[in-house]
Amino acid sequence: MNDLTQSAFNKPRVVGQRTPRIDGEFKLTGRAGYTGELLAEGMLYGYPVPATIANGVLESLELDDALAMPGVVDILHHGHFEHLHRSPNSMAHGDMVSEVRLPFEDERIYYHGQYVALVVAETFEQARAAAYRVIARYKEEDGAAIGLLHTDAQGELQESAGTSRGDPEAAFGGAEVKIDSTYQIAAESHLQMEMHATLAEWRDDGKRLVVHESTQGVFFQRNAMARIFGLAQENLEVISHYIGSGFGNKLFMWPHAVATAVAARMAGRPVKVVLPRQQDMTGGGNRPASRQRVRLGADRSGKLTSVIHDSTTETSLVHQYVDACGSATPSFYACDNVSTSQRVLEVNHGTPCPMRAPGEVSGIFALETAMDELAVELGMDPVELRQKNNAEQDPASGLPWSSKHLDECLTSAARRFGWDKRNPAVGSMRDGDEIVGYGMASCTWSAGRQPCEARVELRADGSLFAACGTQDIGTGTYTIVAQAVAELTGADLSRIEVKLGETSLPAGPLSGGSMATATVLPAVAAAVRDALDAIKEVATGSGGAFEGSDADSLEAEQGGLTDGKRRVSFEEILETGKLSSVNGKGSAAPGDERSEYSFRSFGAHFVEIRIDPDISRVRVARVVSTIDIGRAINPPTARNQVEGGIVMGLGMGLLEKLDYDPRDARLINANVADYIVPTHADAPDIDVELLDYPDFKHNEFGGRGVGEIGLTGVAPAIANAIYHATGKRYRDLPITIEALLAAS
Amino acid sequence: MRTFAFSRADDVAQAAHQTAPEAAFVAGGTTLLDLVKLDVMRPSELIDINRLPLKNVEWLDDGRLKIGALVTNTDLAHHPDVQQHYPVLSQALLAGASTQLRNMATTAGNVMQRTRCPYYRDPAAACNRREPGSGCDARHGLNRLNAVLGGSDACVAVHPSDMCVAMAAIGATLTLQGPEGEREVAFQDFHRLPGDTPHIEHDLADGELITAITLDAPLVPAGSYYLKLRDRASYEFALASTAAQLSLDGEMIGEARVALGGVGTKPWRCPEAEAALVGQPAEMATFERAADIALRDAVPLEHNAFKIPLARQSIIRALREATRLARQSGEQEGQA
Ligand SMILES: Cc1cc2nc3c(=O)[nH]c(=O)nc-3n(C[C@H](O)[C@H](O)[C@H](O)COP(=O)(O)OP(=O)(O)OC[C@H]3O[C@@H](n4cnc5c(N)ncnc54)[C@H](O)[C@@H]3O)c2cc1C
Ligand code: SF4
Repeated sequence: MNDLTQSAFNKPRVVGQRTPRIDGEFKLTGRAGYTGELLAEGMLYGYPVPATIANGVLESLELDDALAMPGVVDILHHGHFEHLHRSPNSMAHGDMVSEVRLPFEDERIYYHGQYVALVVAETFEQARAAAYRVIARYKEEDGAAIGLLHTDAQGELQESAGTSRGDPEAAFGGAEVKIDSTYQIAAESHLQMEMHATLAEWRDDGKRLVVHESTQGVFFQRNAMARIFGLAQENLEVISHYIGSGFGNKLFMWPHAVATAVAARMAGRPVKVVLPRQQDMTGGGNRPASRQRVRLGADRSGKLTSVIHDSTTETSLVHQYVDACGSATPSFYACDNVSTSQRVLEVNHGTPCPMRAPGEVSGIFALETAMDELAVELGMDPVELRQKNNAEQDPASGLPWSSKHLDECLTSAARRFGWDKRNPAVGSMRDGDEIVGYGMASCTWSAGRQPCEARVELRADGSLFAACGTQDIGTGTYTIVAQAVAELTGADLSRIEVKLGETSLPAGPLSGGSMATATVLPAVAAAVRDALDAIKEVATGSGGAFEGSDADSLEAEQGGLTDGKRRVSFEEILETGKLSSVNGKGSAAPGDERSEYSFRSFGAHFVEIRIDPDISRVRVARVVSTIDIGRAINPPTARNQVEGGIVMGLGMGLLEKLDYDPRDARLINANVADYIVPTHADAPDIDVELLDYPDFKHNEFGGRGVGEIGLTGVAPAIANAIYHATGKRYRDLPITIEALLAAS
Repeated sequence: MRTFAFSRADDVAQAAHQTAPEAAFVAGGTTLLDLVKLDVMRPSELIDINRLPLKNVEWLDDGRLKIGALVTNTDLAHHPDVQQHYPVLSQALLAGASTQLRNMATTAGNVMQRTRCPYYRDPAAACNRREPGSGCDARHGLNRLNAVLGGSDACVAVHPSDMCVAMAAIGATLTLQGPEGEREVAFQDFHRLPGDTPHIEHDLADGELITAITLDAPLVPAGSYYLKLRDRASYEFALASTAAQLSLDGEMIGEARVALGGVGTKPWRCPEAEAALVGQPAEMATFERAADIALRDAVPLEHNAFKIPLARQSIIRALREATRLARQSGEQEGQA
């Protein structure tokens, strides 16, 4: 199975072709039910009451007025809640959660926005109105642990998160050319379109819990809830059919979901909670702020001799989250002496969690800015510097790459961008009031894969059905599963039904880490093959359309089987056999190839910025990117991921910043007007090229996943372009107007 | 969100009469409902004024343009008379908010919009403007968005409107209808400096309704420019903005009007800067001098000092552009 060099998909028919989303119609017509929109018979609404302080104790709750409000059914809080257990929070056991502390577990307040109560009422408006009537009295304490970027605190060293090879300190000490810089990135919000939402319902006299959740991992949530509620996994169902994106903050369950399920049990009725945007931003996850020091040593020719990358990121007081900034660094460049270290600082902020390209995107900002600094120091073209240090094999593991085309990414993007027209002299390119700056950076993301199961049915009505307990978070997973089925059966896409996002389906992976495509498709393919074996058996059995033929001589073609002379449809074969359907089960998992090769995607971004120094205005005018993600299963949705990543990178580079008040650690811009993300007017001209080198060592479809890589490398390319325009090196993100002014 | 009574007003006099002190008029609702949902505004009663006949834009005999209180920001921005004679107002409106908001927002509502000071919008924070005597969390807090002009110990909140900056530069008069009848207030007197009473934001008595805003007669022939500087390209309040209008007398500046947004506790007209422009050569040195005068009294807070040089940049560039446009329109006049 794992000799994947010979793939069935060398010349695919549907895979790799532009395929409209099969769920597009449902979304456009409003029939795709997102969790927040779902209704259940007798359903109640919950509205959390958030703490208004970030550090202290909840002294009392006055609930009488709120309880007397129309429609109010109950108010849950520390003194009125079920006794629950914590989830073991294990990645290996699939029960990791975003915040191990249970809701209302104690009366300490660890962060602004922490829930102190949940009002349950007949309507959303009643619940919200009553939530505003709850009077919470706090004893606020001085000395809140404030954000990393406002303090000198060092944080705890995470021994397990560091790596080292060679003697980086000595090599740095003796290097001919040195860069030693510190980079700081503000905390960011995921700001996914659809807020966190849960609809919980107890069935069978409270023995079974059914939860609809906007989640990137139905199985993780089921497993965690089973631990928390002490239920058998079989008695819990988690469903997530449509998700308005997640960017990582919906990978693992948050406390609102637990509180909702408790509310439903206590009320004996289904309860739905949709977090308002403010609470989604205070308590629904964030990318923690980071401080990183990067030291590069090189010889005069530009060859790296030492890379030392030390990072600190924030976590909350109720959950340990490590945003591993250095995780790409050991594999990025050919260099014998490399070390990374990671510290974590506990702060009185809402718990951080993975956010698109977690850790690495921050790390790559630091590393790729440092590389630009080195190029300037050496008087060398930054593209050439990267080519010079290209890692021909993975220097971290010593293994060969499964497939790497970074050099082509660099040269192709440079050509399309017009990099040769760049005058390297700072501030030398002008256009009216504007200075034009060109900058670039490489990007990368690891290519992982998880075990996965899937099920496929060929049905007598001519339809085909595929199911897997993974999710489509808006990226197009439904469609690529259908493509895989169509590819292997020749059936028309319109006949294929795909079901995802339920724990009653075969176990599927988290939609995260850019792993879903490479994980799910091989399992679906195995299930299709299993179903084809089953139908071949029917067809070659007595009375079958190919009675007496050797099953191996039959091939699937256009939704039927052929022996090369004639083709009989699946429909007809099942009809003849008096069968409603045949079933195929499949599973797939990464195998020995993981110890033979290293798997990682690479690419390059080239950015043109325009800065009007007399009005301190900087805008990204153009981004040209070439990315090698193996094969793009559905090119438009793959490209869309990269384009979205570029726009998000623009936000990271120039705009986005969660503002925690350094006096008391409260978050003051938890709304979409004051937390500034790019608008359409900010989106530059974007030209994305996806190289098409199927990586059959990774999986038989040749795709490595695309959700995250596009974001990495954008912010440093912008900062490098601004350097080129202004001669000022920006090492803190976002690069604000005040920073531009301070430099002028 | 708290419960409130709701009614609709059918005529102006009735609207001005029926109000209880805790009542509020609702026009587009884009400020009001937002703040009600944040629990910042707590009206006991909402009076929907959208049926009132205050949606006209008309020239008065004395050459001024009268704008009904309920004309939407979108309609006003695209009104041909505004585009032609008061382009700075059209530009300012279009620089504000988003299309959807402008479709709802009204002229009077825009004048009455509240500050975006984050602590004002958070009922858990100390804020003299929201709750007199409670203190001012912005003064020593995250005050990047706050004012450098017109602040007091009690409050340093910015008036966030773009439209009002253009109106301040153009000059205008508000018509108010109260239980006692109609009165007029000059635009520059309508918004109050915070002083010791930041909660009293406007010269508007209980129950008084704004029925119209009348713009001063346009400057002719003139160039005008609204420049709004902010972090992103659209859909963000100004960090600093300038509405500039000037007429030329050969190479010299004839009349000049300058008003600032994003930096002042009210829409900030700059009469001394204007005086420094009039009769001077229309060149960068003059603009720079005017900008320095306009910002002479600016007082920075911990996080907003950048607004002073930024506002300076916006004044200079807006004047440069207004001059360019004035020259253009002068040339067109000459050719005609
Ligand atoms: C996300 C967002 C972004 C925005 N960005 C900008 C921006 O960039 N620039 C900008 O200038 N503005 C911006 N705005 C503000 C917007 O322009 C105002 O909300 C709008 O103009 C208010 O008008 P309205 O008709 O909706 O007022 P309402 O919300 O209906 O009323 C506002 C206030 O005025 C009172 N009122 C209304 N009509 C009258 C009347 N006739 N007489 C007396 N009192 C009255 C109400 O009682 C209330 O106190 C933004 C708003 C939002 C929500
Ligand atoms: S500046 Fe004004 S609005 Fe802001 S907190 Fe202080 S008093 Fe309130």
